[in-house]
Amino acid sequence: MTGEFTAPLQGGTALEATGLAKRYRGTWALRDCSLSIPAGRVVALVGPNGAGKSTFLRLAVGLIEATQGSVRVFGEPVGQRAAALARVAFLAQDKPLYDGFTVAEMLRFGRRLNPGWDDALARQRLAELDIPLRRKVGRLSGGQQAQVALTVAVAKRPDLLVMDEPLANLDPVARHDIMRSLMTAVAETRMTVVLSSHVVSDLNDTCDWLVVLNRGQVQVSGEIDELLSTHHLLSGPVGLADGMAARTPVISDSRTERHAALLARTGTGAPLLDPRWEARGVGLEELVLAYLRRPDAAVLPRPTLTRS
Amino acid sequence: MVVINLRLDPGSGVATYLQLVHQVKQALRLGVLMPGDQLPTIKEVVADLAINPNTVAKAYRELEREGLVAGRPGLGTFVQRSLGGGVTADHTAHRRDLARWVRGCREAGLDHEDMQALFTSVLTDSLREDIA
Repeated sequence: MTGEFTAPLQGGTALEATGLAKRYRGTWALRDCSLSIPAGRVVALVGPNGAGKSTFLRLAVGLIEATQGSVRVFGEPVGQRAAALARVAFLAQDKPLYDGFTVAEMLRFGRRLNPGWDDALARQRLAELDIPLRRKVGRLSGGQQAQVALTVAVAKRPDLLVMDEPLANLDPVARHDIMRSLMTAVAETRMTVVLSSHVVSDLNDTCDWLVVLNRGQVQVSGEIDELLSTHHLLSGPVGLADGMAARTPVISDSRTERHAALLARTGTGAPLLDPRWEARGVGLEELVLAYLRRPDAAVLPRPTLTRS
Repeated sequence: MVVINLRLDPGSGVATYLQLVHQVKQALRLGVLMPGDQLPTIKEVVADLAINPNTVAKAYRELEREGLVAGRPGLGTFVQRSLGGGVTADHTAHRRDLARWVRGCREAGLDHEDMQALFTSVLTDSLREDIA
Protein backbone atom coordinates (compact mmCIF):
# COMPACT_ATOMS: atom_id res chain seq x y z
CA MET A 1 0.00 0.00 0.00
CA THR A 2 2.29 2.70 -1.19
CA GLY A 3 2.20 5.33 -3.84
CA GLU A 4 -0.24 7.94 -4.92
CA PHE A 5 -2.56 5.51 -6.62
CA THR A 6 -3.33 3.01 -3.93
CA ALA A 7 -6.99 2.78 -2.94
CA PRO A 8 -9.12 5.88 -2.43
CA LEU A 9 -8.89 7.39 1.04
CA GLN A 10 -12.47 6.80 2.03
CA GLY A 11 -14.00 3.42 2.22
CA GLY A 12 -17.61 2.70 2.87
CA THR A 13 -20.76 4.18 1.53
CA ALA A 14 -21.22 7.79 0.49
CA LEU A 15 -24.92 7.68 -0.24
CA GLU A 16 -27.55 5.15 0.64
CA ALA A 17 -31.24 5.37 -0.20
CA THR A 18 -33.72 2.88 1.20
CA GLY A 19 -37.26 2.73 -0.14
CA LEU A 20 -37.00 6.43 -0.86
CA ALA A 21 -40.16 7.98 -2.29
CA LYS A 22 -41.46 11.48 -2.83
CA ARG A 23 -44.98 12.55 -3.71
CA TYR A 24 -45.91 16.03 -4.89
CA ARG A 25 -49.65 16.47 -4.44
CA GLY A 26 -51.07 13.44 -6.19
CA THR A 27 -48.01 12.44 -8.21
CA TRP A 28 -45.10 10.23 -7.21
CA ALA A 29 -41.90 11.89 -8.43
CA LEU A 30 -39.82 9.05 -7.01
CA ARG A 31 -40.95 5.58 -5.99
CA ASP A 32 -39.28 2.90 -3.90
CA CYS A 33 -35.79 4.05 -4.71
CA SER A 34 -33.06 1.96 -3.12
CA LEU A 35 -29.42 2.24 -4.00
CA SER A 36 -26.02 2.47 -2.45
CA ILE A 37 -23.03 4.38 -3.78
CA PRO A 38 -19.49 3.75 -2.53
CA ALA A 39 -17.39 6.71 -1.41
CA GLY A 40 -14.87 8.18 -3.83
CA ARG A 41 -17.00 7.63 -6.90
CA VAL A 42 -18.03 10.04 -9.61
CA VAL A 43 -21.63 9.13 -10.21
CA ALA A 44 -23.62 9.91 -13.34
CA LEU A 45 -27.33 10.20 -12.70
CA VAL A 46 -29.17 9.97 -16.00
CA GLY A 47 -32.77 9.65 -17.06
CA PRO A 48 -35.40 11.38 -19.16
CA ASN A 49 -37.10 14.59 -18.09
CA GLY A 50 -39.45 13.97 -15.20
CA ALA A 51 -37.67 10.76 -14.20
CA GLY A 52 -37.09 12.11 -10.70
CA LYS A 53 -33.43 13.12 -10.98
CA SER A 54 -33.76 16.55 -9.38
CA THR A 55 -36.08 15.15 -6.74
CA PHE A 56 -33.54 12.47 -5.88
CA LEU A 57 -30.69 14.98 -5.65
CA ARG A 58 -32.73 17.37 -3.50
CA LEU A 59 -33.66 14.55 -1.15
CA ALA A 60 -30.02 13.49 -0.96
CA VAL A 61 -28.89 16.93 0.22
CA GLY A 62 -31.85 17.47 2.53
CA LEU A 63 -33.51 20.30 0.62
CA ILE A 64 -36.81 18.45 0.60
CA GLU A 65 -38.22 15.75 2.82
CA ALA A 66 -39.04 12.23 1.74
CA THR A 67 -42.64 11.03 1.73
CA GLN A 68 -41.40 7.53 2.46
CA GLY A 69 -38.09 5.83 3.06
CA SER A 70 -34.79 7.38 4.00
CA VAL A 71 -31.50 8.57 2.64
CA ARG A 72 -28.19 8.50 4.46
CA VAL A 73 -25.01 10.33 3.59
CA PHE A 74 -21.84 8.78 5.01
CA GLY A 75 -24.05 6.73 7.27
CA GLU A 76 -25.99 9.64 8.76
CA PRO A 77 -29.64 10.42 8.06
CA VAL A 78 -29.75 13.54 5.91
CA GLY A 79 -30.60 16.94 7.35
CA GLN A 80 -30.41 16.23 11.05
CA ARG A 81 -27.07 17.69 12.06
CA ALA A 82 -25.38 20.87 10.86
CA ALA A 83 -21.98 19.17 10.97
CA ALA A 84 -23.25 16.48 8.62
CA LEU A 85 -24.59 19.16 6.31
CA ALA A 86 -21.16 20.79 6.10
CA ARG A 87 -19.82 17.63 4.45
CA VAL A 88 -22.15 18.11 1.50
CA ALA A 89 -22.17 20.75 -1.22
CA PHE A 90 -25.04 21.18 -3.64
CA LEU A 91 -24.84 22.95 -6.97
CA ALA A 92 -28.33 23.67 -8.22
CA GLN A 93 -29.18 23.95 -11.88
CA ASP A 94 -29.70 27.72 -11.66
CA LYS A 95 -26.16 28.53 -10.56
CA PRO A 96 -26.19 30.01 -7.07
CA LEU A 97 -24.33 33.19 -7.98
CA TYR A 98 -25.11 36.87 -7.53
CA ASP A 99 -24.66 38.82 -10.76
CA GLY A 100 -23.92 42.06 -8.93
CA PHE A 101 -21.11 40.52 -6.87
CA THR A 102 -17.53 40.46 -8.07
CA VAL A 103 -15.82 37.08 -8.10
CA ALA A 104 -13.82 38.13 -5.01
CA GLU A 105 -17.06 39.02 -3.21
CA MET A 106 -18.48 35.60 -4.09
CA LEU A 107 -15.44 34.04 -2.41
CA ARG A 108 -15.87 36.24 0.68
CA PHE A 109 -19.51 35.19 0.79
CA GLY A 110 -18.52 31.53 0.57
CA ARG A 111 -15.98 31.94 3.36
CA ARG A 112 -18.60 33.55 5.64
CA LEU A 113 -21.05 30.74 5.15
CA ASN A 114 -18.76 27.74 5.25
CA PRO A 115 -16.63 26.78 8.25
CA GLY A 116 -14.32 24.51 6.24
CA TRP A 117 -13.76 27.07 3.46
CA ASP A 118 -10.46 26.64 1.59
CA ASP A 119 -9.69 30.11 0.27
CA ALA A 120 -6.28 29.18 -1.11
CA LEU A 121 -7.82 26.40 -3.17
CA ALA A 122 -10.50 28.74 -4.53
CA ARG A 123 -8.01 31.43 -5.51
CA GLN A 124 -5.60 28.97 -7.08
CA ARG A 125 -8.36 27.40 -9.17
CA LEU A 126 -9.61 30.76 -10.40
CA ALA A 127 -6.07 31.86 -11.24
CA GLU A 128 -5.50 28.66 -13.22
CA LEU A 129 -8.70 29.38 -15.11
CA ASP A 130 -7.74 33.01 -15.76
CA ILE A 131 -10.91 34.28 -14.14
CA PRO A 132 -10.37 37.85 -12.87
CA LEU A 133 -11.37 38.28 -9.22
CA ARG A 134 -12.51 41.87 -9.72
CA ARG A 135 -14.94 41.14 -12.53
CA LYS A 136 -18.66 41.19 -11.73
CA VAL A 137 -20.16 37.72 -11.96
CA GLY A 138 -22.85 38.98 -14.34
CA ARG A 139 -20.17 39.99 -16.83
CA LEU A 140 -18.49 36.60 -17.03
CA SER A 141 -19.23 34.13 -19.82
CA GLY A 142 -21.59 31.23 -19.12
CA GLY A 143 -18.64 28.86 -18.92
CA GLN A 144 -16.78 31.14 -16.48
CA GLN A 145 -19.87 31.50 -14.30
CA ALA A 146 -20.15 27.73 -14.17
CA GLN A 147 -16.48 27.55 -13.17
CA VAL A 148 -16.98 30.11 -10.38
CA ALA A 149 -20.01 28.19 -9.09
CA LEU A 150 -18.02 24.95 -9.18
CA THR A 151 -15.08 26.64 -7.43
CA VAL A 152 -17.32 27.93 -4.64
CA ALA A 153 -18.74 24.42 -4.20
CA VAL A 154 -15.29 22.76 -4.20
CA ALA A 155 -13.76 25.34 -1.83
CA LYS A 156 -16.31 24.29 0.74
CA ARG A 157 -14.19 21.09 0.80
CA PRO A 158 -17.20 18.80 0.83
CA ASP A 159 -16.90 15.04 1.06
CA LEU A 160 -19.90 14.80 -1.24
CA LEU A 161 -20.57 17.20 -4.09
CA VAL A 162 -24.01 16.98 -5.64
CA MET A 163 -24.66 18.78 -8.92
CA ASP A 164 -27.93 19.10 -10.79
CA GLU A 165 -27.27 19.38 -14.53
CA PRO A 166 -23.94 21.21 -14.20
CA LEU A 167 -23.40 21.03 -17.95
CA ALA A 168 -26.78 22.38 -19.06
CA ASN A 169 -26.65 25.47 -21.27
CA LEU A 170 -22.90 25.26 -21.80
CA ASP A 171 -21.15 24.95 -25.14
CA PRO A 172 -19.00 21.86 -25.81
CA VAL A 173 -15.73 23.59 -24.91
CA ALA A 174 -17.13 24.93 -21.64
CA ARG A 175 -18.58 21.48 -20.83
CA HIS A 176 -15.20 19.89 -21.38
CA ASP A 177 -13.48 22.57 -19.27
CA ILE A 178 -15.95 22.07 -16.44
CA MET A 179 -15.47 18.32 -16.47
CA ARG A 180 -11.70 18.80 -16.55
CA SER A 181 -11.80 21.08 -13.49
CA LEU A 182 -14.16 18.75 -11.74
CA MET A 183 -11.86 15.78 -12.38
CA THR A 184 -8.85 17.74 -11.16
CA ALA A 185 -10.76 18.68 -8.01
CA VAL A 186 -11.65 15.02 -7.46
CA ALA A 187 -8.00 14.05 -7.87
CA GLU A 188 -7.01 16.68 -5.28
CA THR A 189 -9.74 16.14 -2.71
CA ARG A 190 -10.95 12.56 -3.26
CA MET A 191 -14.52 13.75 -2.76
CA THR A 192 -17.51 11.77 -3.96
CA VAL A 193 -19.47 13.42 -6.77
CA VAL A 194 -23.03 12.82 -7.91
CA LEU A 195 -24.10 14.73 -11.01
CA SER A 196 -27.10 14.55 -13.26
CA SER A 197 -26.84 15.13 -16.97
CA HIS A 198 -28.66 14.74 -20.22
CA VAL A 199 -25.56 14.53 -22.34
CA VAL A 200 -24.26 11.02 -21.83
CA SER A 201 -21.23 11.56 -24.08
CA ASP A 202 -19.88 14.10 -21.57
CA LEU A 203 -19.95 11.44 -18.87
CA ASN A 204 -17.72 9.01 -20.73
CA ASP A 205 -14.40 8.69 -18.96
CA THR A 206 -15.41 11.21 -16.32
CA CYS A 207 -17.95 9.22 -14.33
CA ASP A 208 -17.25 5.74 -13.00
CA TRP A 209 -20.65 4.85 -11.56
CA LEU A 210 -23.95 4.95 -13.41
CA VAL A 211 -27.43 5.40 -11.98
CA VAL A 212 -30.32 5.35 -14.42
CA LEU A 213 -33.61 6.72 -13.13
CA ASN A 214 -36.68 6.09 -15.20
CA ARG A 215 -40.29 6.92 -14.35
CA GLY A 216 -39.37 7.60 -10.76
CA GLN A 217 -37.53 4.32 -10.21
CA VAL A 218 -33.94 3.15 -10.19
CA GLN A 219 -33.36 1.10 -13.30
CA VAL A 220 -29.60 0.66 -13.21
CA SER A 221 -26.98 1.26 -10.55
CA GLY A 222 -23.45 0.00 -10.96
CA GLU A 223 -19.82 0.56 -11.79
CA ILE A 224 -19.55 1.70 -15.40
CA ASP A 225 -16.59 -0.52 -16.34
CA GLU A 226 -18.43 -3.50 -14.95
CA LEU A 227 -21.69 -2.60 -16.69
CA LEU A 228 -19.88 -2.22 -20.00
CA SER A 229 -18.04 -5.49 -19.66
CA THR A 230 -21.20 -7.43 -18.78
CA HIS A 231 -23.30 -6.19 -21.71
CA HIS A 232 -22.76 -7.16 -25.34
CA LEU A 233 -24.39 -6.49 -28.63
CA LEU A 234 -25.11 -9.89 -30.14
CA SER A 235 -25.87 -10.21 -33.80
CA GLY A 236 -26.93 -13.42 -35.48
CA PRO A 237 -29.62 -15.25 -37.42
CA VAL A 238 -33.15 -14.22 -36.43
CA GLY A 239 -34.14 -17.86 -35.97
CA LEU A 240 -31.86 -18.12 -32.94
CA ALA A 241 -33.00 -14.88 -31.32
CA ASP A 242 -35.85 -16.32 -29.24
CA GLY A 243 -33.58 -18.99 -27.83
CA MET A 244 -31.00 -16.41 -26.91
CA ALA A 245 -33.61 -14.13 -25.35
CA ALA A 246 -34.83 -17.04 -23.23
CA ARG A 247 -31.34 -17.60 -21.81
CA THR A 248 -30.06 -14.04 -21.50
CA PRO A 249 -31.70 -10.82 -20.33
CA VAL A 250 -32.20 -8.77 -23.47
CA ILE A 251 -32.40 -5.00 -23.14
CA SER A 252 -32.92 -4.05 -26.74
CA ASP A 253 -34.05 -6.29 -29.52
CA SER A 254 -34.04 -5.32 -33.15
CA ARG A 255 -34.86 -7.88 -35.81
CA THR A 256 -35.15 -7.97 -39.56
CA GLU A 257 -36.39 -10.89 -41.61
CA ARG A 258 -33.06 -12.67 -41.27
CA HIS A 259 -30.96 -10.87 -38.76
CA ALA A 260 -31.29 -10.05 -35.07
CA ALA A 261 -29.29 -7.55 -33.01
CA LEU A 262 -29.73 -7.95 -29.27
CA LEU A 263 -28.22 -5.80 -26.60
CA ALA A 264 -27.99 -8.32 -23.81
CA ARG A 265 -26.70 -8.60 -20.29
CA THR A 266 -24.37 -11.50 -20.86
CA GLY A 267 -22.48 -11.41 -17.60
CA THR A 268 -18.72 -11.33 -17.16
CA GLY A 269 -16.28 -12.93 -19.54
CA ALA A 270 -16.80 -13.60 -23.21
CA PRO A 271 -20.34 -14.82 -23.80
CA LEU A 272 -20.49 -18.53 -24.58
CA LEU A 273 -22.07 -18.56 -27.96
CA ASP A 274 -23.12 -20.52 -30.93
CA PRO A 275 -20.55 -19.54 -33.61
CA ARG A 276 -23.39 -18.11 -35.64
CA TRP A 277 -23.62 -15.27 -33.09
CA GLU A 278 -21.20 -12.42 -33.14
CA ALA A 279 -20.62 -10.41 -29.94
CA ARG A 280 -19.21 -6.94 -29.62
CA GLY A 281 -18.80 -4.57 -26.73
CA VAL A 282 -21.13 -1.66 -26.07
CA GLY A 283 -20.50 1.99 -25.29
CA LEU A 284 -21.95 3.91 -22.38
CA GLU A 285 -24.31 5.92 -24.55
CA GLU A 286 -25.60 2.80 -26.29
CA LEU A 287 -26.17 1.10 -22.96
CA VAL A 288 -27.98 4.05 -21.40
CA LEU A 289 -30.23 4.53 -24.45
CA ALA A 290 -31.13 0.86 -24.52
CA TYR A 291 -32.22 0.94 -20.87
CA LEU A 292 -34.06 4.24 -21.21
CA ARG A 293 -36.07 2.87 -24.11
CA ARG A 294 -37.10 -0.14 -22.07
CA PRO A 295 -38.31 1.22 -18.73
CA ASP A 296 -39.85 -2.19 -18.02
CA ALA A 297 -36.43 -3.83 -18.27
CA ALA A 298 -35.98 -2.97 -14.62
CA VAL A 299 -32.74 -4.86 -14.48
CA LEU A 300 -30.63 -3.92 -11.55
CA PRO A 301 -27.23 -5.25 -12.48
CA ARG A 302 -25.28 -6.43 -9.55
CA PRO A 303 -23.60 -5.00 -7.64
CA THR A 304 -26.18 -2.53 -6.54
CA LEU A 305 -24.74 -2.52 -3.08
CA THR A 306 -21.43 -1.27 -1.86
CA ARG A 307 -18.55 -3.61 -1.77
CA SER A 308 -16.06 -2.33 0.72
CA MET B 1 11.07 14.52 -15.57
CA VAL B 2 7.95 13.08 -17.11
CA VAL B 3 8.77 11.25 -20.32
CA ILE B 4 5.48 10.38 -21.96
CA ASN B 5 2.13 12.01 -22.53
CA LEU B 6 -0.76 9.62 -22.39
CA ARG B 7 -3.40 9.89 -25.10
CA LEU B 8 -6.85 8.41 -25.65
CA ASP B 9 -8.65 7.10 -28.68
CA PRO B 10 -12.33 7.64 -27.88
CA GLY B 11 -13.49 5.61 -30.89
CA SER B 12 -11.42 2.54 -30.11
CA GLY B 13 -14.01 0.80 -27.94
CA VAL B 14 -11.21 -0.23 -25.56
CA ALA B 15 -11.78 0.61 -21.89
CA THR B 16 -9.95 3.80 -21.00
CA TYR B 17 -7.83 2.32 -18.21
CA LEU B 18 -6.69 -0.41 -20.61
CA GLN B 19 -5.76 2.18 -23.21
CA LEU B 20 -3.52 3.80 -20.61
CA VAL B 21 -2.02 0.43 -19.62
CA HIS B 22 -1.35 -0.43 -23.27
CA GLN B 23 0.29 2.91 -23.95
CA VAL B 24 2.69 2.57 -21.06
CA LYS B 25 3.51 -1.00 -22.09
CA GLN B 26 4.03 0.07 -25.69
CA ALA B 27 6.42 2.78 -24.49
CA LEU B 28 8.24 0.18 -22.38
CA ARG B 29 8.48 -2.21 -25.32
CA LEU B 30 9.84 0.45 -27.63
CA GLY B 31 12.31 1.69 -25.06
CA VAL B 32 10.67 5.12 -24.82
CA LEU B 33 10.23 4.47 -21.10
CA MET B 34 13.14 3.05 -19.15
CA PRO B 35 13.56 1.87 -15.59
CA GLY B 36 13.69 4.88 -13.26
CA ASP B 37 11.57 7.08 -15.52
CA GLN B 38 8.59 8.74 -13.95
CA LEU B 39 5.03 8.36 -15.20
CA PRO B 40 2.88 11.48 -15.21
CA THR B 41 1.15 11.95 -11.87
CA ILE B 42 -2.54 11.11 -11.66
CA LYS B 43 -3.34 14.80 -11.35
CA GLU B 44 -1.32 15.60 -14.46
CA VAL B 45 -3.07 12.93 -16.51
CA VAL B 46 -6.44 14.07 -15.21
CA ALA B 47 -5.76 17.72 -16.03
CA ASP B 48 -4.45 16.72 -19.44
CA LEU B 49 -7.15 14.30 -20.55
CA ALA B 50 -10.10 15.44 -18.41
CA ILE B 51 -10.76 11.90 -17.22
CA ASN B 52 -11.71 10.34 -13.91
CA PRO B 53 -8.73 10.00 -11.52
CA ASN B 54 -10.00 6.56 -10.48
CA THR B 55 -9.44 5.41 -14.07
CA VAL B 56 -5.82 6.54 -14.04
CA ALA B 57 -5.34 4.99 -10.61
CA LYS B 58 -6.80 1.73 -11.91
CA ALA B 59 -4.37 1.72 -14.84
CA TYR B 60 -1.39 2.45 -12.59
CA ARG B 61 -2.50 -0.21 -10.11
CA GLU B 62 -2.65 -2.72 -12.95
CA LEU B 63 0.88 -1.76 -14.06
CA GLU B 64 2.06 -2.04 -10.48
CA ARG B 65 0.41 -5.44 -10.13
CA GLU B 66 2.40 -6.60 -13.13
CA GLY B 67 5.58 -5.32 -11.50
CA LEU B 68 6.24 -2.78 -14.23
CA VAL B 69 5.96 0.35 -12.12
CA ALA B 70 6.02 1.25 -8.44
CA GLY B 71 4.47 4.15 -6.59
CA ARG B 72 6.59 6.12 -4.18
CA PRO B 73 4.53 8.05 -1.65
CA GLY B 74 4.65 11.77 -2.25
CA LEU B 75 6.95 11.38 -5.24
CA GLY B 76 5.02 9.67 -7.98
CA THR B 77 5.07 6.49 -10.01
CA PHE B 78 8.29 5.11 -11.45
CA VAL B 79 9.16 2.49 -14.02
CA GLN B 80 10.63 -0.64 -12.42
CA ARG B 81 11.55 -2.68 -15.43
CA SER B 82 11.39 -2.57 -19.19
CA LEU B 83 9.22 -4.81 -21.27
CA GLY B 84 9.43 -6.74 -24.46
CA GLY B 85 9.08 -10.43 -25.01
CA GLY B 86 12.24 -12.04 -26.30
CA VAL B 87 15.29 -10.09 -27.37
CA THR B 88 15.52 -7.27 -29.86
CA ALA B 89 17.20 -9.50 -32.44
CA ASP B 90 14.07 -11.71 -32.41
CA HIS B 91 11.94 -8.64 -33.04
CA THR B 92 13.88 -7.98 -36.21
CA ALA B 93 13.31 -11.54 -37.40
CA HIS B 94 9.57 -11.41 -36.61
CA ARG B 95 9.31 -8.13 -38.38
CA ARG B 96 10.90 -9.68 -41.45
CA ASP B 97 8.43 -12.59 -41.31
CA LEU B 98 5.53 -10.21 -41.04
CA ALA B 99 6.80 -8.14 -43.96
CA ARG B 100 6.98 -11.34 -46.02
CA TRP B 101 3.39 -12.16 -45.00
CA VAL B 102 2.23 -8.70 -46.02
CA ARG B 103 3.92 -9.07 -49.42
CA GLY B 104 2.21 -12.42 -49.93
CA CYS B 105 -1.20 -10.98 -49.06
CA ARG B 106 -0.67 -8.08 -51.42
CA GLU B 107 0.25 -10.38 -54.25
CA ALA B 108 -2.93 -12.34 -53.51
CA GLY B 109 -4.92 -9.11 -53.96
CA LEU B 110 -5.68 -8.28 -50.31
CA ASP B 111 -5.79 -4.60 -49.45
CA HIS B 112 -4.76 -2.77 -46.28
CA GLU B 113 -8.08 -3.34 -44.50
CA ASP B 114 -8.29 -7.00 -45.51
CA MET B 115 -4.91 -7.60 -43.96
CA GLN B 116 -5.73 -5.66 -40.83
CA ALA B 117 -8.95 -7.65 -40.39
CA LEU B 118 -7.12 -10.92 -40.94
CA PHE B 119 -4.31 -10.06 -38.54
CA THR B 120 -6.69 -8.83 -35.84
CA SER B 121 -8.88 -11.89 -36.15
CA VAL B 122 -5.91 -14.28 -35.86
CA LEU B 123 -4.63 -12.30 -32.89
CA THR B 124 -8.06 -12.38 -31.24
CA ASP B 125 -8.38 -16.12 -31.84
CA SER B 126 -5.02 -16.77 -30.27
CA LEU B 127 -5.94 -14.59 -27.28
CA ARG B 128 -9.18 -16.55 -26.92
CA GLU B 129 -7.23 -19.82 -26.92
CA ASP B 130 -5.05 -18.40 -24.16
CA ILE B 131 -8.12 -17.56 -22.09
CA ALA B 132 -9.93 -20.83 -22.77
